[in-house]
Amino acid sequence: MNASTKKRWRALIVDDEELARHIIRELLQPHTEIEVAAECANGFEAVKACTEHKPDLIFLDVQMPKLTGFDVLELIGEDVSVIFVTAYDQYAMRAFEVHAVDYLLKPIGKQRFEEALERAKSRLGEKMPSAQKLADSARPPQQFLERIVVKDGTRVTLIPITKLDYVEAQDDYVALASQGKKHLKQQTIASLEACLDPSCFVRIHRSYIVNLERVVRIEPYGKESRLAILGDGARLPVSRNGYARLQTLLDERK
Amino acid sequence: MHPLFKRGRFSLYLLAWVPLVITSIYVLETRGGLGWWQATAIAVPVFLVYAVLCLFAWYPCRATPLTNVSFIRWVLTHLIAAIFISFVWMQFGALVSYAVLSREQFAAIGQEFRPQVNAISTIGILIYLLSVAFHYVLIAMEDSRRAESQTAEARILARDAELKALKAQINPHFLFNSLNSISALTSIDPSRARDMCVLLGEFLRMTLGLGEKTVVRFSEELDLLQKYLTIEKIRFGERLKTQEMIQEESKACLLPPLLLQPLLENAIRHGIASLPEGGEVRLTAERQNGRLEILVENSWDPDAPPRRSNGLGLRNVKQRLEARYGEDALLRVVADGELFQVSLSIPIESEDRV
Repeated sequence: MNASTKKRWRALIVDDEELARHIIRELLQPHTEIEVAAECANGFEAVKACTEHKPDLIFLDVQMPKLTGFDVLELIGEDVSVIFVTAYDQYAMRAFEVHAVDYLLKPIGKQRFEEALERAKSRLGEKMPSAQKLADSARPPQQFLERIVVKDGTRVTLIPITKLDYVEAQDDYVALASQGKKHLKQQTIASLEACLDPSCFVRIHRSYIVNLERVVRIEPYGKESRLAILGDGARLPVSRNGYARLQTLLDERK
Repeated sequence: MHPLFKRGRFSLYLLAWVPLVITSIYVLETRGGLGWWQATAIAVPVFLVYAVLCLFAWYPCRATPLTNVSFIRWVLTHLIAAIFISFVWMQFGALVSYAVLSREQFAAIGQEFRPQVNAISTIGILIYLLSVAFHYVLIAMEDSRRAESQTAEARILARDAELKALKAQINPHFLFNSLNSISALTSIDPSRARDMCVLLGEFLRMTLGLGEKTVVRFSEELDLLQKYLTIEKIRFGERLKTQEMIQEESKACLLPPLLLQPLLENAIRHGIASLPEGGEVRLTAERQNGRLEILVENSWDPDAPPRRSNGLGLRNVKQRLEARYGEDALLRVVADGELFQVSLSIPIESEDRV
């Protein structure tokens, strides 16, 4: 689908503040080629509206309740042009610069708005940079992931990192075990490992990361390897290297 | 340097010796049979020199502070010094008498006072020991004065740091979002836009003004809080509901400025802003058992990840409370289900008491 052949572009305005949405709507008024398909007051609405309206362009606030702008982008995929909006977030701003993503600062000025819109139009149909990369570079230094957003079909689940028991690699996906359930997410285990706090999560095996809090005991298993027994009874393989990592971490904690 | 050589203290010290001089003149006159001028010519230089000699007690006193020196060492140090100094003094006294008096008089005096040599040197030792005690008092006074000026200095430094922290506290996020709201209102409702400009201006002016004071009346802080809430209500619309339960008697209480504003800001930024449907912020204040009790409650999303600056405002409030009230102030944070509570209890300082 090539967006430029279409007569009118569909836009989505996502911001939890009514007044902030109003400004964008107002600034879009002279642009008859753009039709505001929907306005959303939070990330969930935005994800829903995306499947419903298939917008070409989204004005997306970064700080919103429940789902942030980055979460929304991650959930809706990278096939849509996004202009981020933020009041003041130096790390997000730097991430936008680094990944050449259009963004607007509140209070939004007309000139800057027009520039961003022009650029977005010329890029219509191009893929956005990966939401995960964007979110990673917008995270302040020394801070780790606080929760993981997963989409099961149309349902969006938020897994707080404290409720994550372990992670299992499955090809291009990771299975996130939390409170007795498993959630699939398209991500490599290595890239997820990099975002987790290394003092809480250990890569005990090529295919497993475990939350240290959940480990009850380690049992020998076979000649070289061991098994980690978790509080809920799950048994995870521990490789020789993984065991060494586990040991250092436990020593540090003492 | 010896603390007595400062600010005319030395003349006061010499004045303290006058009774001794007079007594000894009297004794020399009556028992020694000397003329008053002869007695004076002996007593004045002898005691002047002794006054100066006694000042040397400062050095052993400094070298053996009352704490952390063993008793034996302490006794030995001062006893040896006392015997030595009073011996020097006696020799000097004899020398002066020899110079002032005729040979017969000197012999007569010698005759008269020889049996009392022990008593005189004991008096000398006692005077010296008195001077030791005096020096310990002097040193203690100097130390406490130094400590006092150090605390004052530390207090000034702490206050500087606090002011800097306060200035940084005007949250850029709040400022930019408010400006954005005003910008939206200019076309929707120009008169409300103007109202909000005025509110924001007043809020900023009050923040700057209150920040310069050390204490403010609770009613003043409340005024600022209400402005802040009004601004945030324009921004959040229906999502932000507020409730205030302020006991009238609490309004005259004094508290450090801008102490509560960060608490409300926390309640809104981390509480209300994390809820799609919004929620309520409740502010309760009352005077109870000589304390000012303040409670800030807000609904929040317990699953929301902590935002970046979370806890910074609270930590700041805690530090300021500690700096001002020490152990006497309480700050308690309770996150119970979907209710987030911050309670604050400080000893009352009302204006009638200050």
